[in-house]
This record gives sequence, structure tokens and C-alpha cells, in this order.
Amino acid sequence: MSIIETRDLVRDFKKTRAVDRMTFSVEPGEAVGYIGANGAGKSTTIKMLTGILKPTSGHVRTCGLDPMRQRVEVARRVGVVFGQRSQLWWDLPLRDSFAILGAIHRMDEPSTRARTDVLVEQLEMGPQLGTAVRSLSLGQRMRAEIAAALLHSPELLVLDEPTIGLDVLSKQRLREFLVAERREQGTTLLLTTHDMGDIERLCDRVLVVDHGRLAFDGTLTGLAGTVGAQRILVIDLAQPTPDLADVPGATLVESESDGLRQRLSFDAEATTVAAVLAHVSSRHEVRDLTIEEPDIEDVVRRIYAASGRG
Amino acid sequence: MKTFWLLVRAGFRRHSTYRLALLAGMTTNSVFGFIRASILLAALASAGTAIGGYDAPTTIAFVWWGQALLGTVNLWGFAEVKDRVRTGDIAVDFLRPVNPQMAYLAGDLGRAGINLVGRGLPALLLGALLFDMAWPPSAVSWASGAVSVLLAVVVAFAGNFVINLLAFWLVEIRGITLLWMITGGLLCGLYLPVPWFPDWLRTIANWSPFPSMLQNPIDILAGRVVGVDIVSAVGVQVFWAASLLVLGQVVLRAGRRRLEVQGG
Repeated sequence: MSIIETRDLVRDFKKTRAVDRMTFSVEPGEAVGYIGANGAGKSTTIKMLTGILKPTSGHVRTCGLDPMRQRVEVARRVGVVFGQRSQLWWDLPLRDSFAILGAIHRMDEPSTRARTDVLVEQLEMGPQLGTAVRSLSLGQRMRAEIAAALLHSPELLVLDEPTIGLDVLSKQRLREFLVAERREQGTTLLLTTHDMGDIERLCDRVLVVDHGRLAFDGTLTGLAGTVGAQRILVIDLAQPTPDLADVPGATLVESESDGLRQRLSFDAEATTVAAVLAHVSSRHEVRDLTIEEPDIEDVVRRIYAASGRG
Repeated sequence: MKTFWLLVRAGFRRHSTYRLALLAGMTTNSVFGFIRASILLAALASAGTAIGGYDAPTTIAFVWWGQALLGTVNLWGFAEVKDRVRTGDIAVDFLRPVNPQMAYLAGDLGRAGINLVGRGLPALLLGALLFDMAWPPSAVSWASGAVSVLLAVVVAFAGNFVINLLAFWLVEIRGITLLWMITGGLLCGLYLPVPWFPDWLRTIANWSPFPSMLQNPIDILAGRVVGVDIVSAVGVQVFWAASLLVLGQVVLRAGRRRLEVQGG
């Protein structure tokens, strides 16, 4: 049974159609990135999946339940984090929020404590347990929000822009935790983000939504391939070098400073960084290299352009 | 039920973190108690006799129980739910496997508890030291008075909850909140005992939920209402508590269907 299933899902707001005949399904254990421009209909879809928002028409099932009519049952089996809203008790120590949420989810005290201990250890939040939530930093609070959403061991974790505003290190820690958590618990993940790093490290499938419509459904590499957004290998060479035009599977994009820095684009499905590098370094001395990933906004823009909008 | 109790405790602790506010509230309640007691005693003295069943010690009890319950019963209302509707944070409440009304009621009972203990009872004791005050005449009065206070908290919460939920339909509910405060403050018997009202106003008050928020528990605790009358005083409160809670559920359901959470 699919954990998420929508068919011709529609939601209208006054004059605009936020979600337009959306049809997709997510199987248990999948990690799905849900991307699109602001106002594309991402949050609206999530709200309909979790029973906050009533669909205008169409069919939606979460964990096999009707979210609008079986809100409480859905809430027991799903964990949700809205990056810009808090589910914690602002003026109580963090520890108390976990205790209250445990009670709300009808967990007994020993299992609430045990689960809290595990999450707190993995997210390295021990020192903050006694701190009032209002005094936590954004990074600390976001880890706490995710721990709170996972406390009742939900089958489905929905994260709406969980890394918004976080610094590189905080993002990294959060992603590592989510990877480990999913490996251990097999939790299904639905994630909206503007950060390509989130998608790359966490998701094996991408849904792109444009003006409320599903514009793409497939793997990340497939997405990059579809729109021709390729990875770029930037190679710094020891000496001025003629254009590297003959590397198999790669195309020269640009050559700077008499060929001291050259940029090669390559298709991740046709070749690898290692093969390109091996080819180049067998002929020239390579000083440094960096890889530029396709930018998520760029990918989305190309998808939109391809579908005649944008 | 365990969940409910934990939420009550959370409300208690949440509000107990603001100790200075409790102290300030206690001080204000005491000062106003002193002023009100003096004014009402002067009114009694000029009348030369008990008014509407209130002699001097009963009047003092009316004033000081009123001051004690002022912070306990949420007469002036709260804005938390309204704000959460406005900002869209109410969505988070719907993501929990509990009824939002019950969760907020539990929190409010906790708030009432800390305000009674930390603010109301100290003010009452101060009043009792300074004035000759009537105490509940029997154990039955004490016990039914406690139940009546609990019901008063529930009635005030349930009424305010409905007002807060109007934010689903109205952008700004400040006007309605103000109207509720002014009408409620008068009709609940905070300024003057309801039995002192002119007939027409007393009739209006008695058909409204407001006396259930203050006048009824005070009457029982001051010993003005005793015996069988206690049953009808508490019965009216039960009626209002139940009606307003049911109304709240209906409005909450309608609001949820209407919900257009703001902010994408």
C-alpha cells in the first residue's frame, strides 16, 4: 500500500488554483524531494496530505487514511516539521516539550524517555535539554523540531524547508542525522526545500511542481539529464594548456588564463569524475579541481521553460 | 485523561515561570481590593442595612473573593488562539492527535491553578487580615465553592475560545474582544454584585453566561447562597460550560473547513 496517494488533487484559493490535478504516490521507505518555486503549491499539497487543508476536489490518502476525516489517526502516524512554525512549548525547557508530546501521542513515560534519549544523543542536544525553547539558536531549535516530529516514530516524516536559514555545519549535521535515522527506522521522507544539497544527500526521487502541476517525477540524475543541467568539473592546471577538447564523455565549456583553468561539463550517467580526471592527469599536471553541481533554482527554471511557462 | 492532566501541568509550569508578573498581579489585586472594599462598605453604611442579602462581612467576602478569582478566571480573555489563527500556527495544533479545544482548556486550567495559588489566595489572605470577612459557612460550601470556581474557569475559557475562533472569519477581532470584556466585566458581578443591579440589568445578566464566571462561585464562598440554592447555582454553571464548549467545537470544526493557512 502506498503511504501517500493523490489523484487529480485540486485546491483553489479564491481566484488562484494552488494545486492543479496533482497525481502521484509514494511507497513506504522512499525519500522524496518535493521542489518548485515559491508559491508553486508545495506547502498547500503538504497541508492537504496532513489534514490541515481541505482539498477543493480530488482524492488524497495518507497512510491509507482520509486526512480530513481521520485527522487524529493521520497525526499519530505522521511527523511534520514546518520550518517556519514551531511545535515546541516556547517558555518551557526543551525536555518538557518532549514529555508533553509523548503524552499527546499516548506513549508511556518509559518509552517517551527512551526515545527522547536516543534522539537527543543522535542530534547532540543533551546540553540544551534544560534550556527554554525560546533561548535556543535556530540550528538547535530545528534539530529539536525534528526530534519532536520523530518522537512517536512516525511512518512518514514530512519536512517543509527544514534547513531554511541554517549555516553549513548545522545543515550538514541535520542531513547526517536524517540519513542515519532513515537507515535504522526505514521512515518514509517527504521533503520540500530550496537547497540542492538537501535533495542530493537525502532523496532518491524528485517531484518538481510548477504552478500547482507536477512537472517532473523521477531520479535526481534523471532530472539533471532531462533539462541538460550537467555537472561541471573545474580543473586548475600547473601550466598553460591547450583546450581539453578530447576528453571522452565531457565537453569543454570554457578555458581561462591561457588554459590554466578549464571547465568541463559531463553527464553523470555517461562518465565519472574519476574517469575524466584520470584522462586529464595522464596528459597534464592537475593542481586543483572543484565540482559545480547543477543549481536547484536553475534546474527548476529549465523545467518550467521546457513546459512552456516560467 | 493522562494527556489532559499533563497539559494542565504544562500550563501551570508555563505560567509559573513568570514570577514577577504574578507578584505584580497580586499587588494590583490587593490595592484594588482595598479600594473596592472601602467604597462598598461606605455604600452599605449609607444604606444603613444589608443590600440584596449582603451585610458588611458578606460584602467584604464578595470583594476579596472577586479579587482572588480575577486572575484565576480568565475574565479579560486571551489572544493566543486568535494569534495562532492569524499567523497560521493553528496548523500545528491540527497536526496533533488531540482536540485543540481540550488541549487549550487543559493549558488554561493549569494557568488558573498557578494564578489561584500564586496570586489569588495571597490577595485573599491579605484582605482577610485587614477586614472582617465572612468565610464559607460549612464544608459543603467550601467543597461546592471549589467546584464552582473550577466551572467558572471553564465557562470563561469556553466563551473566550469561541471569541478567539472568530479570527477564522474576521481579520481583526479586537472590537469584539473589547465588547466582551466590557459587557462581561459588568455582568459577571465584578464591579457590583449582580443582586444589586436594577431589575432589568439583573434579568439580562441572569440570562447571560457571565455570572457563571464570577458571581456564582463568590456567592457560594461568601455564604450568601446555601443549601438547595447551591445546586441551582452550580447547575447553571454546568449548563453554560457544556453549551459554550459544544459551541466551541462546532465553530472550531467550521473554522477548520475554512482554514486558509497564511504564508504559502
